[in-house]
Amino acid sequence: MLAGLLVSAPAQAGGVTAGTLIENTAEATYEEGGAPRNISSNTVVVKVDELLDVTLTSLDPGRLTARPGNAVLTFELTNQGNGPEAFRLLADPAVAGNDFDTTFRAIAIDSNGNGTYDDGVDQILGQPQTTPVIAQDARITLFVLVTVPQGAADGQTSTVALSAQAVTGSGTPGTVFDNAGVDGGDAIVGTTGALATARGVLSNSFASVQLVKSVVLRDPFGGTGAVPGTVATFTIEARVSGSGEVANLVVTDAIPAGTTYAPGTLALDGSALSDAVDGDAGNASGTNGIAVKLGNVAAGTRRAVTFNVTID
Amino acid sequence: MKPINKLVLALAAATALAAPAMPLLAQATPNPVVLSGDVKAVKAVTGPDGKERTELVEPSTIVPGDRLVFGTDYANKGAEPVTNFVVTNPLPAAVRLAPDADPALTVSVDGGKTWGVLGALTVSNPDGTTRPAAQADVTQVRWVLTSIAPGASGRLTYPAIIR
Repeated sequence: MLAGLLVSAPAQAGGVTAGTLIENTAEATYEEGGAPRNISSNTVVVKVDELLDVTLTSLDPGRLTARPGNAVLTFELTNQGNGPEAFRLLADPAVAGNDFDTTFRAIAIDSNGNGTYDDGVDQILGQPQTTPVIAQDARITLFVLVTVPQGAADGQTSTVALSAQAVTGSGTPGTVFDNAGVDGGDAIVGTTGALATARGVLSNSFASVQLVKSVVLRDPFGGTGAVPGTVATFTIEARVSGSGEVANLVVTDAIPAGTTYAPGTLALDGSALSDAVDGDAGNASGTNGIAVKLGNVAAGTRRAVTFNVTID
Repeated sequence: MKPINKLVLALAAATALAAPAMPLLAQATPNPVVLSGDVKAVKAVTGPDGKERTELVEPSTIVPGDRLVFGTDYANKGAEPVTNFVVTNPLPAAVRLAPDADPALTVSVDGGKTWGVLGALTVSNPDGTTRPAAQADVTQVRWVLTSIAPGASGRLTYPAIIR
């Protein structure tokens, strides 16, 4: 009896679990004509009904960098109610104000609990999209899978809204659903309205490359004529624009017909590169032309490849 | 034969003595005090004048955070006054004493070992220090009445919030 009294009530965010019986009994001791007596009151019992509450949060760290193709937004749903509840989900990729709209593909739950969408592992929800029954105070991670259209420009953003509502019911706080709760008790809508919406934002981010080729002539007579013996210095400037970076950028060019590569003149941003295929970034020969590996190049960067040829 | 007769007689005597003893005990001491418990839910309602007020209603739908009022009616139905009348009400684990409970109410925060007004009680922290007791720590409430006159009655209540 005493031990039972000392057990503290569960300090759960959603409060006492739905279906819990609250039983109250008063006990009295007194003296009647000097003789000690005691009596207990009747016990009053009330059952705690089910509170329907839910919260939803974007787990993406700010804007999610995406590029045309598939993208994944991550959300967390928490059952803030006091009973087990499932939640109906709806993803809306066409949010007002979007620069472009993504195409909705599916909602998945983080089946293996690693916080990252794993194709073929994490369960894709069928229609109607509904979470499993989630225990009081429990949370699950949800992935919204979308496709960024090819036409979207660099730097444009798109918001995807995910909403969740309690399957038992939602609406104005205080709305009661008779006998719809745990153990046949009532279910009542809590302060969240048993409805939550969270937004994730995609920022379309890709880099593009522009190559600008120019030539400077220096003839044997100190002029700029194109005559046999004239040295032509070609400059190929790689301009990376947009955002993010391009990967494994390689600049190649053929030696123009009627000219001969001037050995040892290949350079990147003014620094000489050997002609041989070796450890440095470039190689050059009359037969194969020139090739310079620039690797990953960040947007906003310009790299200049130069080489000389002699007009035959 | 005779020993057997004596045994039967002895058994009969024992039965005759034991059987009436229990009803006699109950009849001799009818409880003059009646205790009757009830519970109401406190609901905010908006009156015709647009002002919000609270009403005590039957607790048909109750959820965490709701307010309840537990009441106990007492009455002395006997012909003699009863004295040193102490009503103790353990709080159900699923509720905590409401912050607006009478600060003069006698309470216990340790399962009934010690009693006092809430402001005079402390609770031990896990690190051995103590802190002032709060409404949520209350395990029992208690009322003490010096006496109840014959025919007198009254009502004791405490407000609680569902955890």
